[in-house]
Amino acid sequence: MARDVPAGDLCLADLTKTFGAFTAVDGLSLTIGQGSFFALLGASGCGKTTTLRMIAGLEEPTSGQVLLGGRDIARLRPHKRPVNTVFQSYALFPHLDVFENVAFGLRRRGIRPVDGQVRQMLTLMGLDGYERRRPAQLSGGEQQRVALARALINHPQVLLLDEPLGALDLKLRRRMQIELKRIQTGAGITFLHVTHDQEEAMTMADTVAVMNAGRVEQLGAPAEIYEFPATAFVANFLGQSNLIAGVVAGGNGGDVLITAHGVRFSVPSARARADRGPVYLGVRPEKLHLVDSVDQVPAGSQYLTGTITDASYVGVSTQYLLRAGCDTELSVFVANSGTQRRYGPGDRAVAYWNPQHAFLLGRRADEDEPSTPVLDEPVGAARD
Amino acid sequence: MSAFAQLPGVAGQSTSPPAARPGRYRLLPYLLLLPGVAWLFLFFALPLAQLAAASLYDPNGSLSTGYTMTWAFGNYPAALQAYWPQFGRSFRYAGTALVLALLMGYPLAYVIACKAGRWRNLLLVCVVAPMFTSFLVRTLAWKTILSDHGWLVGLLRDVHLLGPDGRLLATPVAVVLGLTYNFLPFLVLPLYASLERLDHRLVEASRDLYASRWQTFRRVTLPLSRPGLIAGTLLFFIPATGDYINAELLGTPNEYMIGNVIDSAFLVRLDYPQGAALSFLLISAILAVVFGYLRRAGEDVR
Repeated sequence: MARDVPAGDLCLADLTKTFGAFTAVDGLSLTIGQGSFFALLGASGCGKTTTLRMIAGLEEPTSGQVLLGGRDIARLRPHKRPVNTVFQSYALFPHLDVFENVAFGLRRRGIRPVDGQVRQMLTLMGLDGYERRRPAQLSGGEQQRVALARALINHPQVLLLDEPLGALDLKLRRRMQIELKRIQTGAGITFLHVTHDQEEAMTMADTVAVMNAGRVEQLGAPAEIYEFPATAFVANFLGQSNLIAGVVAGGNGGDVLITAHGVRFSVPSARARADRGPVYLGVRPEKLHLVDSVDQVPAGSQYLTGTITDASYVGVSTQYLLRAGCDTELSVFVANSGTQRRYGPGDRAVAYWNPQHAFLLGRRADEDEPSTPVLDEPVGAARD
Repeated sequence: MSAFAQLPGVAGQSTSPPAARPGRYRLLPYLLLLPGVAWLFLFFALPLAQLAAASLYDPNGSLSTGYTMTWAFGNYPAALQAYWPQFGRSFRYAGTALVLALLMGYPLAYVIACKAGRWRNLLLVCVVAPMFTSFLVRTLAWKTILSDHGWLVGLLRDVHLLGPDGRLLATPVAVVLGLTYNFLPFLVLPLYASLERLDHRLVEASRDLYASRWQTFRRVTLPLSRPGLIAGTLLFFIPATGDYINAELLGTPNEYMIGNVIDSAFLVRLDYPQGAALSFLLISAILAVVFGYLRRAGEDVR
């Protein structure tokens, strides 16, 4: 273990991996603090698993460094690294029983006796009495715990988790998420969690890095990224966003003014990622509120008027689609708190939001996300 | 006790599929079995019973005078006493050939299954290709390769691995090489099938858990390829032990195996009781070896 400070930070420096002409990971630089729970979030093919495999030593970087406590481990063989992995679909050894699966790492390092440690770990995981079972005789959740025990027993400096909960059903997954978080806090091990499930990443991680095409699009605490995404990709990958294409029309004190299809909107400049040129005005669906008419919109809010085209009742909330222009549909989530009127398709309604909850993203002039509602007729106005 | 213990198990009670209508297809499995069973009964079980009977005929009879059934169990010890060197030789040669074949065949199967990429099918065809010609022709070709005036013997003499008069043909070496060559595909193919199914993520998991390459092979790859290894060694060893062509064509009577003796008992000496007794001795010896092997190697295979 390196003695320098900071002792156990995992640092990726300009890490790149190409497969032929395809660049899987593109000059990735990250620092993951010791003892933190870090999530790499992205769609499949974004390079997150390749990054993980390079840290584990299962893939050699084309260039760049993997520094653990200041020591470059990028070219070490996997068995020389103080890093362990919980594999997607677990990769438990089918020919070994639970005890031997968990003892595998200890035995390979010549640690003896293994009995006490293995039993202690099995107890921690609630796997008492499973010692002699084979992986094939275990349920998905039990296999998951064996995989976790098998990695954790080695006290790695970094534990890599490759979509470890993907194979579990929803209820079990929720409980495992909480349990994983508890173990991580207790053990003080750095967890690097790779997932495509934004909810999972937000539930567990202290820091989330959203990856796209081999690069990090945004990095930060879950709430920070969710409330103020840096790019249109992040805004749509992490939850849903209503993105309205517009152009910056100027500034007004602390606000940035935007014209979207002839209508003026404003966003506080602290919530603007761009202050000139083409932009997206973004609002999260749950930040939108519905009322019957413009008179009911509170002062200081901005609004759009339209017709409800769809209402889906999903228990905790009702999700409406509000057609606010020819090709513009806003997604609106209204909590089913019992105080709100229910709308049906065909009803006229006004969606309003607090400008503090909106955000402004830069947009390439030619860029128009197909999923993005675009205003093409004046249907709303800033109201101050 | 952690909260894990209270997690609901995924494995639950399974609902049984709706019962098939009784009667309708009850006989189907038996009908499907019928052709194979009838074939084996007519052409394996009956001749085997006939052979068992022949092994107990009066040894003093002959084809011309006819055989009488005298329950002559003495045929067995007599045959064993006369031909135990050939018995021993059969197992020795087949065993040596098996070791050679494993040393060549395991790496070969491993490379084809795990490393060959797009060359995999071509390499598999190469393994099977010799089978396209007759067993006899292939063995005769070895006769040419190993001949005293061939380049191989010449080379070995030049580097003094063989003496100036040393030869390969008509030696145990030639017979063992022939056996190794002829039965190698039977070892490689099942081994390949086993290694090809090996989940590469298990190898990665092992490497991740501090196993070196050698330890990974020893603890993960080898145990997981064991079903193929067992099938392959049996498919190699059983026919190799009973083989007589290689000893006949590449050896001399000094290299004759038990197959040669049985061959001559039936076709040259026309001593049916002895040939039959030797056949049964060979069958039981092979069965004993196979069961002993399976008991040791086969335990724990799933």
